Amino acid sequence: MRVLGIETSCDETGVAIYDGEQGLIAHAVYSQIGIHAEYGGVVPELASRDHVRKTLPLIHQVLEESDTAADLIDGVAYTAGPGLIGALLVGAALGRSLAWSWGCPAIGVHHMEGHLLAPLIETPAPEFPFVALLVSGGHTQLVDVAGIGEYRVLGESLDDAAGEAFDKTAKILDLPYPGGPELAKLAERGDPERFRFPRPMTDRPGLEFSFSGLKTFALNCLRTELARAEDPSQTRADIARAFEEAVVDTLAIKCRRALRETGRRRLVLAGGVSANRRLRERMNAAIAADGGETYYPRPDFCTDNGAMIAHAGWHRLRAGQHEPLAFKPRARWPMEQLPPL
Amino acid sequence: MKLLAIDTSSETCSAALLLDERLEQRLEHAPRRHGELILPMMQDLLAEAGLAVTDLDAMAFGCGPGSFTGVRIATAVIQGAAFGAEIPVVPVSTLAAMAQGQFRRTGDRRLLVALDARMEEVYWGCFEIDGQDLAAYCCEERVCPPDSVSSPQGCGWHGVGPGWSAYRSLLTGRLGEALSGMSPEAVCEARDIAILAAADYAEGRHVPADRAMPVYLRDKVTRAA
Repeated sequence: MRVLGIETSCDETGVAIYDGEQGLIAHAVYSQIGIHAEYGGVVPELASRDHVRKTLPLIHQVLEESDTAADLIDGVAYTAGPGLIGALLVGAALGRSLAWSWGCPAIGVHHMEGHLLAPLIETPAPEFPFVALLVSGGHTQLVDVAGIGEYRVLGESLDDAAGEAFDKTAKILDLPYPGGPELAKLAERGDPERFRFPRPMTDRPGLEFSFSGLKTFALNCLRTELARAEDPSQTRADIARAFEEAVVDTLAIKCRRALRETGRRRLVLAGGVSANRRLRERMNAAIAADGGETYYPRPDFCTDNGAMIAHAGWHRLRAGQHEPLAFKPRARWPMEQLPPL
Repeated sequence: MKLLAIDTSSETCSAALLLDERLEQRLEHAPRRHGELILPMMQDLLAEAGLAVTDLDAMAFGCGPGSFTGVRIATAVIQGAAFGAEIPVVPVSTLAAMAQGQFRRTGDRRLLVALDARMEEVYWGCFEIDGQDLAAYCCEERVCPPDSVSSPQGCGWHGVGPGWSAYRSLLTGRLGEALSGMSPEAVCEARDIAILAAADYAEGRHVPADRAMPVYLRDKVTRAA
């Protein structure tokens, strides 16, 4: 079974083809970062306008690259939420009508399920059950995964998502948009010993997160230190490093705790922040210390992409699930509402 | 000629199937429900006529102006359907279709179409019904404040569309004696898109699916930070 996947939930247009026997056979992503950079954040109307220009050309491209004639596609999967509603509508309308026109089934995929299952595209793939940490600009969520569609949210951020905290702190440090990866780069030459930031909510039981205080801590630290700094550029790097250490450490502590509490052995990391190198190092060490294993998608599939949608859609279509002609994407959509296979 | 047309640019959702002289339409007032209704309407029309989507010569859609999201739904639906069926697309102005619809209902031949564009502006188009009974542009479509719309030559012009209720006094003040009446309740309908699209298609004015794009008229949608 061969499935075309379409992702348009935010500021990336992603299209891919997943084949049950051959795995991923084509994928293409167009990032809108340049469009939104001057506004310092994603402008929903501009995002939607760009998706309607880019999606069909990308579909054309992946069909050609994989030498897939239209009649070889057995199903179409599109992101049905959560995300920006106007952006979601473009992919949903296009994906659903294309499936109708081709006479094949279609399925609306949950964006976070796409992320969560993305490591299954890789070799070796994690076996069920596992605990997943979904960590991106919009989400910080620990989820117990018994199987596809069998999700229990163990804890999530009470305020900013980890990626959001990265971006906001980057802004404080005058780094260009989108700041997260820039902050990580700056942190590489920072001194990990100079400042120590708090590890929010690690001193009490539970699997919730809170990252908004760290950004304020960074702002206060920057103001105090810059006033007396001999080398402001080094001070910024040191603050970036201290901030990154605090986020990474907090995530590692909570993930380790989640594995212990659930009795699972495998941890899956997904979402944009899971591409962070320091996070991977720290997480691998922390989980291995307890005899557990860590799994990640390749860096390209940590950020939004069509491959994860094609792949998650393939699982559900193969199990016989599909959608009527009506398409109804949702800006909000709790993952626990998803049906099991 | 077999042509399927849709419109989702306003709170009304409609689809129409043109088979030579015969025209069937499905229409519903359905705010924020276009995604639920439009493909079932299209499927229903084809099934009733015993046609497959690949039997069509072309597809047409209301490309705007109108609700940004609404216009994009129609665009994306048509992109997907026409690409899948490998048939061409005819984009049709929603303003021209509303002029055509007014002519169909009342026989008025000089039409000034105004949609409420919010932000104290209207989407504006002037049309005259030509010798083939088709709406033809007298001026370029634009978005502008209601007191600076282009006012056409002569008299006997009929106002069409909800812009005429939103900015009634400003528009009537601007048009003065040129205005003979108005129909602010008029909505864009797929059947009128189908009529205009059939003429365009016959003259070779159509595009491949990936060049079917919305016409927003308003291109400045942000202020730089």
